[in-house]
This record gives sequence, C-alpha cells and structure tokens, in this order.
Amino acid sequence: MSAWSVTEPSARSKGIAAVLVILYTVITLVPLVWIIATGFKTGPDSISYPPKVIFQPSLEGYVNLFTDRTRATPEQLAAMPPPENFVDEIVQRRGEVITQPSKFGARFMNSVIIGFGSTFLSIFLGTLAAYAFSRFRVPLKDDLLFFILSTRMMPPIAVAIPIFLMFRQLGLSDTHLGMILLYTGVNISLAVWLLKGFIDEIPREYEEAALIDGYTRFQAFRKVVLPQAATGIASTAIFCLIFAWNEYAFAFLLTSGTAQTAPPFIPTIFGVGGKDWPAVAAGATLFLLPVMIFTILLRKHLLRGITFGAVRK
Amino acid sequence: MAEIVIRNLRKEFGDFVAVKESSFTVGDGEFFMLLGPSGCGKTTTLRMIAGLELPTGGQILIDGEDVSQKPASQRDIAFVFQMFALYPHLNVRRNISYPLVSQGLPRAQVQAKVAEVARILGIEGILDKPVGGLSGGDRQRVALGRAIVRSPKAFMMDEPLGALDAEFREHMSEELRALHDRMGATTVYVTHDQLEAMQMGDKIVVMNHGVVEQFGTPQEIYDHPATMFVADFIGSPPMNFLRFEGGFRPGDRSVSLGGTAIATPELRQEAAGRKLALGVRPEHVAISDDGTYRGRIEAVEYLGTTQIVTLSTAHGTLKARTPSDRAARVGETVGLGFAAATLALFDAGSGRAFRTSANAGVFHG
Repeated sequence: MSAWSVTEPSARSKGIAAVLVILYTVITLVPLVWIIATGFKTGPDSISYPPKVIFQPSLEGYVNLFTDRTRATPEQLAAMPPPENFVDEIVQRRGEVITQPSKFGARFMNSVIIGFGSTFLSIFLGTLAAYAFSRFRVPLKDDLLFFILSTRMMPPIAVAIPIFLMFRQLGLSDTHLGMILLYTGVNISLAVWLLKGFIDEIPREYEEAALIDGYTRFQAFRKVVLPQAATGIASTAIFCLIFAWNEYAFAFLLTSGTAQTAPPFIPTIFGVGGKDWPAVAAGATLFLLPVMIFTILLRKHLLRGITFGAVRK
Repeated sequence: MAEIVIRNLRKEFGDFVAVKESSFTVGDGEFFMLLGPSGCGKTTTLRMIAGLELPTGGQILIDGEDVSQKPASQRDIAFVFQMFALYPHLNVRRNISYPLVSQGLPRAQVQAKVAEVARILGIEGILDKPVGGLSGGDRQRVALGRAIVRSPKAFMMDEPLGALDAEFREHMSEELRALHDRMGATTVYVTHDQLEAMQMGDKIVVMNHGVVEQFGTPQEIYDHPATMFVADFIGSPPMNFLRFEGGFRPGDRSVSLGGTAIATPELRQEAAGRKLALGVRPEHVAISDDGTYRGRIEAVEYLGTTQIVTLSTAHGTLKARTPSDRAARVGETVGLGFAAATLALFDAGSGRAFRTSANAGVFHG
C-alpha cells in the first residue's frame, strides 16, 4: 500500500493551493471592501489619513446618495420640528435640510431597463441566429460568422464618433431605446458565437425526434432545444448583462439626462461643499448588487457553462 | 399499417450523390432491412422515408399516397434513433407520452395508452424515473415505447441496436422481432450488420455507393447474390471467388477452370473470352481426395464443430468450411469438390451475376 496517488493531490499541495487561492481572493477583494466600507463612513472619516480601518459606521453616505440638500441657517434649524426619523436626524445634525430626492433612483432604474433590456434582446436574437447557423445550410455561413465576430476586433469605443453622429441624426441620443440597441449591437456577436457552441453540442436527433412526433420546427426548437440550451443561455446572459451594466464610455458620451445610466452618474455626485465620497461609495455598492444577485442565481449554470463541452460525453 | 413504395429515389448533397435512383417495395407488415456498409446511403434513404430529408428526385408512396415532399410530422411514421434521442429533460412517462400530447389527446387517454405500452415493454417500474440514469436496454425500450405509443403507419429504425453491447444486442434483437410479430407493423430497419439483417429481416435491400445492389429475402440474397459486392458482403467468411478467363454458352452445365471442368447450374447467358469469377460459399467446398481441382492448405481455424480451411489454388485463395473431424494439415495438397447447384458465375468486370437455372427466379437489381 502506498499513500501516494496519481489522481488525489497530497495534503501538502492542497494546502499550498488553498493559501494561493485565499491570497488571490484577498487581493481582489480589497478594493471592494474599501468601497463598501467607505459607504458607511462619515465624510471626514472617508478622507482621513492614515485610512481608518475601524470606524463608527454611519448611514450618511446612503442618505446623501438619495437626497439633494442645502445648508440651513441657524434660525431655520431652530424653527424646525424635532426630527421624525434617522434621515432627518443625520441631515439636521450637519445643519442641512433636504430639498428634494436625488436623481440616483431614476439613474439606477435606467441602468436596470437598459441593462436587462439589451441582455434580453441580445439573447433573443442571438439564440435564433445561433440556431440557424448551427442547424441550417446558411449561404456564406462561415463568412457571416466571421463578419459578426469582426465587430469585436476593435474596442467598441473606437467608433464612438460615428455612432454619436448617427444617434443624433436618428434621434436616439439620450434615449433608452438607443442605449438598448447599442449594447445589443455590441453583445450580439458574443451571444451568437457562445450560443452557437452550446447549440452545436445538442444532438440534432432530439429535434428530429420531435419532428417525427408531430411537432413543427419551431415547436421542436422551443420545447426541445431551448430547455437543453438553458445552461448556455444563462451563462451568455450573465456575460451580456455584465457588459451592458458596467459600460461607462458610451453611456458618458451618449446619455446625459433622461436615459443616463448609473455609471456616468455616480462619479458626479457632489455633496454640499465638496466631493461626497461616502455617497459615491454607497452608489457604487448598490450598483454592484443586481449583477451580484443575478450571477449568484445563475451560478450553477455559469460554472457548467464555462466548462461545457470541455469533456466529450 | 402500410405498404411503402420507393420509386427512383435520389438524393444529392451539393455535388455528392448519396442515393442514386433506388427502387424497392416494403410490403405491409414486413420487417424490412436496409443493409450496407457505412456511407452507402441506407440511412439517407431511411431519413427520406421518414421525412427528415427531402429527396432530390423520385417518389415515396405510403399506402399509395405520395409523401415525398411532406414534412415528417404529416407522415405518421415513428423513428427509433441509434442514440435513442430520448428527451433528456423529461422523465420516462413524459417521453413516451410526448407524441400523443402533440396530437392534443385528452389526458386520461394519454395515461391509458402510456400504461398499455409500458406493460407491453415491461417498463412499468421506471415510468417516473428521469431518462438520464437508465441502462442501455431500458433506454431502448423507452425509445420503442415512444415509437409504438401512437400506433403509426410504419416504424423506421436507424441501427437501434448499435449502441448496445454485444451480449445485450442478441437479447434485444429477439425482443424487437417478437414485438414486431405481435404488432405486425411495417418496419424499415437500417443496419450494417449482415448477421442482424439475416436474423431479423423478412426482406433485405443491400445498398452500396447509393445504389440498390439487390432486393429479396435473406435466403435469396445469401444463396443467389446478384452482384459480387453482395456475395462478398453477406456471409462470414464471405463467398469465395475463383477468377478465370473464358466463356460459356447458354445451355452449358460446366465451366473450364484452367483445364478442369467444374459442374455448374445450367447457364442461361452467353460470355466469351471475358474475365469471370466463379462464386462458391465456403460451406459448399468439400475436401475430397478424388477431386480433380486441387489446392494447398495454408491455414486451419478451428471453430468447434466446423473449421475454416484456407487453401491456395491456381485461381486464388479459397476458404472452405468443413467438419472439424476431418483432419487438415497445413502444407497438404488436397482435391476439392464444389456443390454444383450452389455455384454462381459473375462478370468480374461489372460484378453482375450471370443468369442460371438456379437464380432464375431471383430479382436482379
């Protein structure tokens, strides 16, 4: 009997692997922890040097994120009724009054509409195109696939100026539809290529069996291919959403008002009398959540999706 | 149930011709085998009958109705795939009921039919299991269940036993044949395994390079092959060919191989100064000391009750299947006798068999 095994790593190498993984995780998580922590600091704490690791947590950043405020005179403050909730308390303690809710809620909703809208459209069109490329004899198939991929051979922002002019002509500047179309255009090549790979892996016999069983081509696609491709669709959706959600440059260039998304908005948050870092950090923290939740929900599919097709069954 | 008539069926994929002008008839209730090596067009032919490929030319008639350009869903045909193609996201019950659901049958009727099919196939116990964990045999039964549940006009089977291991294949082929006999359904079955075809089929079509080489019962095809390809493809070891040059006239009852006259069935055709081949099955070669045609024993394979003796003759290598009790020593030169009534003569150029009194009644594709 030998303790040495070909397939099972030794305790020592497992230990080294664990240390490396933990080290890597810590390094990558430091900026995230920094942002999340800053969101719960007060203004002075957020810029103190050396940085405070231990501090008195405060919701100031979040209150500032969702409100516009102005400085009140001592007379005004004295005339005010006692604070009814913690929001009023925080604001009044600093000698300010709330004038109106901030635009963050609206900008965040824009991100949700544009991010999920373009992801849905990319997946919808991408699945249909990928199915056609995978199953039918499309004329010039290889050229078309290369052409689709070639849109990703330069950074999308390289064509910012033509797109800016085009959008102005078409009246798409600063509209939800414009941004959804733009992100869909960028994502669709990725979606077609990824999904084609997934659909190629699904044996044609399943659909043929459905055709024989009396279903139409489209019913076979919907009832047999789609459930089989769920894994691929989920992982493709995550990649599409992450791009559309995080995209900054086009959003900065093409949106300013009604359709502005959160990424260009967050850095513009100013407090009363200076950059409000806790509010910026709070915005960034909230901005992380949807993609994080979406990814956790689809995590099972994502892991399978990445390794899909690596081993021939 | 239905009769299927194939007329001048042709299929091209771009420049490649997969099936060339094939014609044959599948009788009502027949277990019909499409046999041939891989790439011979048998699966393409099957898929055209099922409606999974549309033919480039020719006709497919099911019960007299031309269905050649109709989609699969309108042909009322069931198909059993080699890899079974069970819907992986559905359990056994839903797999079997799928074709009924597409017809919009009421729930109670679907349940009753599924239960009946499960009873016939002996799979009542696994109805609520997912198909993923099933054994090969059970998958096969579920695939069959999905095929028979809606009582289609005909069954198409594409090497349905190909994915099973050898031991189980034997058992499953008996089960399939028994199922067919009970239901009496017209079945078209694709295989490259000549033994399977001989064992199970009522009729066999042998295809090669997209051409129908021969069409007939297993006995006709084995005893009276229409071409050298068929003679060589069927039988293990296959038919021997003694190649020689010469000729004969109608009415002759022998041919001359290097001066030795060999008795044959009465010849009905004429040939002169051509390259010919005399075909003889190994079991029709007898090793006898009084034979005038002689060969030298090169090797002996012992197979229990029989042995395969490989001999070299003036006209090529020959294999004989003889009883094991007849001693055969390597290096020995022995006389050979051929059973005259079983011999076939081929044109070595075209590969076609000449007509004789023996194969007169056999269809020549």
